[in-house]
Amino acid sequence: MPVFFENREIVTPGDLLAEGGFEAGRNTYRIDSKIYACKLGLVEYKGRTVNVVALNTFYVPSVGDLVIGKIVEINLHGWTVDINSPYFATLRASEAFNKPYKPQKDELSEFLNIGDIIQAKVIAYDRTRNPLLTIREPGLGKITHGKIVKVSPAKIPRIIGRKGSMISILKKETHCNITVGQNGLIHIHGRNSEDERIAVLAIKKIELEAHTSGLTDRVTEMISKERGSGK
Amino acid sequence: MTSTTISRIRQNQIAQLIASGKRLDGRGLTDYRPIQIETGMIEKAEGSARVRLGKTEVMVGIKIDIGEPFSDRPNEGVLTTNAEFVPLASPEFEAGPPGEDSVELARVVDRGIRESKAVDLEKLCIIPGKKVFILFIDIYVLNHDGNLIDASALAALAALTNTKIFKYEVKEGEVKIKPGFEELPLVNFPVAVTLADIDGKLVVDPWLDEEEVMNARLTISFDKDGKICAMQKGGSGTLSPQQIIEAVRIAREKSEELRKLVVKKA
Amino acid sequence: MSKKIKLVDENGVRTDGRKPDELRPIKLEVGILSNADGSAYIEQGKNKILAAVYGPREVHPRHLALPDRALLRCRYHMAPFSVQERKSPAPSRREIELSKVIREALEPAIFLERFPRTSIDLFIEVLQADGGTRAAGVTVASLALADAGMPMRDLVVACAAGKADGYIILDLNDIEDKEGTADVPVAYMPSLDAVALLQMDGQLTPEEFEQAFNLALEGCKRIYELQKQALKAKYLAIKEAVEEVVEEK
Repeated sequence: MPVFFENREIVTPGDLLAEGGFEAGRNTYRIDSKIYACKLGLVEYKGRTVNVVALNTFYVPSVGDLVIGKIVEINLHGWTVDINSPYFATLRASEAFNKPYKPQKDELSEFLNIGDIIQAKVIAYDRTRNPLLTIREPGLGKITHGKIVKVSPAKIPRIIGRKGSMISILKKETHCNITVGQNGLIHIHGRNSEDERIAVLAIKKIELEAHTSGLTDRVTEMISKERGSGK
Repeated sequence: MTSTTISRIRQNQIAQLIASGKRLDGRGLTDYRPIQIETGMIEKAEGSARVRLGKTEVMVGIKIDIGEPFSDRPNEGVLTTNAEFVPLASPEFEAGPPGEDSVELARVVDRGIRESKAVDLEKLCIIPGKKVFILFIDIYVLNHDGNLIDASALAALAALTNTKIFKYEVKEGEVKIKPGFEELPLVNFPVAVTLADIDGKLVVDPWLDEEEVMNARLTISFDKDGKICAMQKGGSGTLSPQQIIEAVRIAREKSEELRKLVVKKA
Repeated sequence: MSKKIKLVDENGVRTDGRKPDELRPIKLEVGILSNADGSAYIEQGKNKILAAVYGPREVHPRHLALPDRALLRCRYHMAPFSVQERKSPAPSRREIELSKVIREALEPAIFLERFPRTSIDLFIEVLQADGGTRAAGVTVASLALADAGMPMRDLVVACAAGKADGYIILDLNDIEDKEGTADVPVAYMPSLDAVALLQMDGQLTPEEFEQAFNLALEGCKRIYELQKQALKAKYLAIKEAVEEVVEEK
């Protein structure tokens, strides 16, 4: 039952990862008893399952995901939202208001207009139709202050960290409110724009070095250096 | 049913039969459909032919004109091949400029003729660097029931065998047409053979329904000496290197059979 | 047919100094354009080709969308200044054929069924051409697709072989292509032993074809290793740079 790479080695599409009694995990596929990589990423052997943690990917919605999106169209019953995914998402008026809604186009644009950024949750998605969103939960809705940073959706898990470890450190060290969208968009709201700038730098650094080890220390170090030189 | 999408039942039928060595119309895996060739039916063209390959029907007309040679080939006549997927030939064909399929078809047929040097282009030179014969080969698809390439290549060859060039004389640098005709200097006889891969098996001369389910196709053109002069893989699937070598072997035999239908002598 | 140019001399040396089975020097770079979802650049001999991918994204116009898979659209195009005699920017018949043939070479590699009703738009721009551009185009397009995070069965790699002055040669340059006896471009997925593109023009006996074909597959396998290195290069460089610093401490 051989494996052909070491854990966390970089693999490319078509690389033969394992042969024998293995399961094809994320970003892999199987032909007979051979497991191949289907994306550029780091191979992960977890028991009998072989995964590849992709280094770059686009966002595929999952029900329950928190996403940050931009309104691109106003329709009769709601809005079309760009969530940085192959598919545009739909936000129905019924998922935006807490009271019953009467279809009159002017009302909708007063609430959310083209170009507005929102924090939303994915409530439905399957292969036959586009993802559906809601903003009816607390914390969701139009974003009016702060900065939006865009990273590759593949880096989001690293930015959050194991059990939220990385994101807690970021929030603490930069004194910013940071909301991470699963779709690669991150909202930063700090006490001032200097704090926000440092937070953006830290996130960009994590994005670039996500595949390396010792990242947490280097990020904290970078933040203190920036603070020292900035102020 | 008027929609052209092939039903799942039929797809499975075709694949299953082929796996046991037979095809839906009773043919063996390497058999061509019945072929009928007629030549010379368009008197206003310098050469013409019509081929029926099963229900696929293609007509080729050859027109000759006099014009300038290409700057890098001043002593050679010009050969140009065009294909039209006439809208009446299939519910899938629309009127308009040539799509990628018709461009590909024309270029593959052209390649077979050009690379085999079937037409002695130097003999088509009138005044070097100034005036040469231009040979227009126009492929007109009249009914699409699969394997347009082989039918078109055969029709083009048949049309060339019955093409006549007008006689001329050069007086004071001017070309004057004289009465009478000459045979086109045709020195080779390229033939195209197309095979399709269906579920790992190779079949010769795929018809329309087989083209819908095939994984990929390979067209190989041979000249009269059995040399390969053109090849083209088509379709969104793949072929193994072994299949390709096997296809070349099968196609070579079939090309000799097809050539005999057009060229009565050799 | 009078050919005054000697393409391969008595010692088997070609016009650019190469041996019959030698590839031209190849340089590959990945992720060089910021707007495209994936991009790559290749230099192979004097060929300079850029590839970029947008997608999967919503299809425009909508009626072209396929219900059960992504639509791969491919545009192979040569810049007007890419060849000796200026080429008109309008798509030529050759570019139309090559766009089709290249698309059909890449389709089998991508898991298109995973993104129904979307399109994947691939653009291949030849900035300078010197023979073998369709093969180099396939090679660089695969990298752009992988760079975009497209799920693929394998990288597709391509290389041409052919015949000139009696020799079977690998990776024909422009003059060998124009004046030689035959040209056989091949695109291949090495992990699956699958040929995705195959064309030929010229004159070869079936035996010569087999030799050229096998030589092209050889060339493909060599270039495949370069493709893999190029994909990993950026990440390996970062890893080395940062993990070195940690070790020094």
